[in-house]
Amino acid sequence: MGLLRGLRSWLDERFGWDALIAPLRKKTVPLHRFSYWYFLGGITLFLFIIQVITGILLLLYYRPGASEAFESVQYIMTRVQFGWLIRSIHSWSANLMIFTAFAHMFSVLFFKAYRKPRELTWVSGVILLFLVMGFGFSGYLLPWNTLAFFATKVGTEITGQVPIVGRPMMIFLRGGEEVTGATLTRFFGFHVAVLPGLTTLLILVHLLLVQRLGISVPPKLEAEWKASPAQRREMKFFPNFMLRELMAWYVALGVLGALAAIFPWNLGIKADPFVSAPAGIKPEWYFLFMFQTLKLIPPKVWFIDGEVIGVVVFGLIALLWLLLPFLGRNHPSRVQRWITGIGIFALAYMAGMTVYGHFAQ
Amino acid sequence: MAISHSNGWMLPGGLLGCLMLWAAVATGQTKNSCLDCHSNLPEPLGVTQEKFSHDIHAQKGLTCASCHGGDPTSDDPDKAMSRKAGWKGKIDRKQIPQLCGTCHSDTTYIRQFNPSLRTDQLSQYRTSVHGKRLALGDTKVAVCTDCHSVHDLRAPTDSQSTVNPVNVANTCARCHADANYMAEYKIPTSQFAEYGKSVHHEALVVRGDLSAPTCTTCHGNHGATPPGFASVANVCSTCHVFQAQLFDASPHKEAFSSAGLPGCVTCHSNHGILHPTDELIGTDEKAVCTQCHTEGDAGFVAAGKMKQQLVQLAGAIDGADQILSRAEQSGMEVSQASLDLVQARDVLTKARVTVHSFNVARIESEIKPGMETAAKDYDAGKKAMAEREYRRVGLGVSLVAIALVLVGFRLYLKQIES
Amino acid sequence: MATGDEGMISPADHIDPVPRRQFVELVLGSGVLATVVAFVYPVLRYLVPPKELDLGSDAVVAGRVGELKPNSGKVFRFGNRPGLLIRTAGGDYRAMSATCTHLSCTVQYRDDMQQVWCACHNGHYDLNGRNIAGPPPRPLELYEVQVRGEEIFVRRRREA
Repeated sequence: MGLLRGLRSWLDERFGWDALIAPLRKKTVPLHRFSYWYFLGGITLFLFIIQVITGILLLLYYRPGASEAFESVQYIMTRVQFGWLIRSIHSWSANLMIFTAFAHMFSVLFFKAYRKPRELTWVSGVILLFLVMGFGFSGYLLPWNTLAFFATKVGTEITGQVPIVGRPMMIFLRGGEEVTGATLTRFFGFHVAVLPGLTTLLILVHLLLVQRLGISVPPKLEAEWKASPAQRREMKFFPNFMLRELMAWYVALGVLGALAAIFPWNLGIKADPFVSAPAGIKPEWYFLFMFQTLKLIPPKVWFIDGEVIGVVVFGLIALLWLLLPFLGRNHPSRVQRWITGIGIFALAYMAGMTVYGHFAQ
Repeated sequence: MAISHSNGWMLPGGLLGCLMLWAAVATGQTKNSCLDCHSNLPEPLGVTQEKFSHDIHAQKGLTCASCHGGDPTSDDPDKAMSRKAGWKGKIDRKQIPQLCGTCHSDTTYIRQFNPSLRTDQLSQYRTSVHGKRLALGDTKVAVCTDCHSVHDLRAPTDSQSTVNPVNVANTCARCHADANYMAEYKIPTSQFAEYGKSVHHEALVVRGDLSAPTCTTCHGNHGATPPGFASVANVCSTCHVFQAQLFDASPHKEAFSSAGLPGCVTCHSNHGILHPTDELIGTDEKAVCTQCHTEGDAGFVAAGKMKQQLVQLAGAIDGADQILSRAEQSGMEVSQASLDLVQARDVLTKARVTVHSFNVARIESEIKPGMETAAKDYDAGKKAMAEREYRRVGLGVSLVAIALVLVGFRLYLKQIES
Repeated sequence: MATGDEGMISPADHIDPVPRRQFVELVLGSGVLATVVAFVYPVLRYLVPPKELDLGSDAVVAGRVGELKPNSGKVFRFGNRPGLLIRTAGGDYRAMSATCTHLSCTVQYRDDMQQVWCACHNGHYDLNGRNIAGPPPRPLELYEVQVRGEEIFVRRRREA
C-alpha cells in the first residue's frame, strides 16, 4: 500500500491527480434494496473491456478474407497457445455482454432512471445497445463458417426489406449484391474500426453524463427520501462501491473462464456459397425474437409484403425506444405507467419469442 | 424378310406395307386411319392416340399397318382391314418374334434408323429357354411384346420403359414370381422376392446406380438362360474381380468344383445377395463356414482366426473413433488423427476382400499395419482428452485464485467499513 | 464470500488490528497477484507465435517442383481428407480428391495404366477424375493446381 501512495503522489505532482479524481472521491451511490441492479452497467463495461483486449489479441492471428478467415480461426483454436481460451472468451463475452446490456437497459427502464435530467444518458445508452448488437452481427460472420454465412445472408436480406433505403443499405452492408468475401472484409472493418471508435466515444459520453448527473433513484423511493431526508442512505463510490463492483467483475471473469474451458466455442464448417443452406437456419439468440416475429407475419398484409411491415414496425419501435424519455412530457406519471407496461410487455415478448424461436422448426 | 407358309398373302401384303411406309416417309406424312376408330374402342381392341404417341415405332414414322398390314390411308374399315391389302389382324403369339425380326434382324434396314442398334436379338432369342420352348409350341413363354410392351413400346433408355435396367426385375417377375402361372415348370418363383432383399436391388433400383446387376445382367436378355453351376462364378467375377481371383487361387476352388458346389453362390446366394458382414465368416452357427467345416478341422481353425483378425481391427478402429469423437465434442482438435484413422478403415475394407483367399497368414500381415494405425490414433485421442483435463485443472486453479480475491475483498471491505 | 468470515471473527478478536490488516492485505494481495498471473500467463504464451507455420489459406502445399517424376503421383493432406497429386507423362500437374466414391478407400496413381486406381475393389478413374470402370458411382472431385515458385499449391475449385 505504501507503494501505491508513492505512485499517487508522483502522479499528483505531474497530472494534478488528486484534483482530477476529487469529484470521484465525493461520488456516492444510493443504497436501497435495488442497489445491486446498479452493477449491470459496470459489468457491461467490464465485458466490453474484455472484448477489446481479447479482440486485439485475436487480431494478431486472424486473417480477414474468404480463403483465409476460417483457417486462421482454426489455427487460433488449435495451434496457438491458449488460442482456444482467448477466442472462446471473446465469443462468450460477446453473448454475455449483449445480455447484460439488455438487462441494464430494462432495469433503467423499470426504475425510470431515464427521467429528466437523464434523457441524454438514456439516448446514448440506447444507441450503445444498437452498436453492441451491430458488434454481434458483424463479429458473427468473421469465422466464415456455414451458419454465420447463411445467418448473415438472411439478416442482410431482411435489412433490404426496409422501404426505399433498404436496398441501398443492403448493398452497402454486403459490399455488393450477394454475401461474398467482400462482405467479410467490410464486416471486419466495421467490427474492428468503425464500431469500436463509435462505441468508445459514446461510452465516454455516457459515463461522463452518469458522473455529472449522479446515480438515479427509483421514483417512489425518491419521494420517500424527499419527505424524510434522514432515511436517505448512501455509499461512497470510492472505495466502497467500487470494490464491490470489482468483486462482481471478478465473478464475471470466473464465469467467462469456466464457460470458455468447459464449453469452448466451436469452429463449424467452412462457408461454401455454392452449397444450399442447411435446414433451419437461425440467427444468433439476440436476433431470434425479431426473426421469429417476421416468420409469423403472413406473407402479405393487404397489398404490402409481410416482411416489409415487420421491418418497418421494428424500425418504428426502435425509434420510439430511443426517444422514450421525451414522450408525453405533459403527463409524466401517466406516461411512465404506460412505459412500465410497455416495458413489461416488451420483455415478456422478447423472452417468449426467443424461446419459441429456439425450439421452432 | 421371312416368308410365312401359312398365309400366302404375307409377301405381297408385306411389300405393300413397305411401299406405304416408303410413301409416307417420302411425302413426310403418315396417315393412320386405324387409330381414328381404334382410339375409341375399348380394350383389347383399343389403342389411344396418347398411348401410341409414346411408342418409339410411331415416333419413327411407322404405323399400325407396318406390323398388322392393311391400308392405313383408307377410312373405310372394309378396305382398311382387307386381306387383299395384307391385313393380318391380331398377330398370333407364335408369330411375334418372327414379325419383329422382319425388321430387327435386317441390319440394312435398321441402319437407317440407328446404326449402332444390334440385330441379333432374334437369333439370341432362339437359343434361350423362352425361344426353345416357343418352338416346341409352348405359348406361355415370353415373346418380344411381353417384355417390351406393344403399342407404347419405349426405348430401353427411357426411364418408364419396361426394359429399362431399373424396371427389368419387375418385368421378369410378371411371370417368374407368379406361382400359379409357373406351376407346371417346376422352377422356383422366389427369385424376385429374394432379389428385392439384395444389395444389387438396393444399388440399382433404390439408389439408381446403373452399374449394379438385374436379372438380365446375369441371365442375358434375349438369350435368357440361367448360368450353369460351373459358370456362375464367371458371371460374378465380371464385376467382383479381386474376390474371384483370390478365390481361384485358394483351396476352396478345387474343393468346391469337386463337390459340385458353385463358387460365390454357395456362400453368398444367387438372388438374395445380402450385404456381407463380418458375421458371414467364423465358427458360430450364423457363419457360412460351419456349413462344411467342423470343430477341429483345419478350415474351422482358419475361419476362427480370420474372423478374430477382422473383429480385432474393427474393434480397434471403433475404440479410436469413439475417443476421438469425445475429444472433438469437448472442443479438442483431432483432425489429423481422424484422417489417419481413414487409413485403418482402408485396411479393414481390403482385408474383407482378402478373406476370399482363405489364407490366414496373408490376412494377418494385412491387418497388422491397420492395428498399428488404430493404436496410434487411440493414443492421439487419449492425448486430446488429457489436454481437456489440463484445461479443466487450469480453470480450477484460476477459480481458486478468484475465490481468494473475493474473500480478500470481502475482508478488506469489512475492515474499512467497521 | 460469506463462508470465510465466520471463521475469521473469533481469532480476529484476539489479534490486534495491525496484524489483522496485514493478514487481509496479504489475502487480497496474493489473490490479486494470483489472478493477474492467471490472466497474464496465457496472454504471454498466446503472443508467442507457434512453431507450425499457419494453416494460412485454403490452398495447401501439396509438393515441391521436382519432387514428382513425370507419370507418378502422391497422396497429400488436403484439409481433413487425403488428396492425390499427379504429374502426368506429359509433365503437367493434376490434383483431385483421393477418397474413392465407392466405399471411401484411398486411391492411388497407377503409372502402368496411367489411371487412378482403387485397390479395394478395383475401381478405375481417368486423369480427369471420371469413374471409368469398377464400382465407383461418381467421379473424384477435381482440385485446382497452381505452381508458385518452388511450391505446388492445390486449392478447391470454387471461389467464394
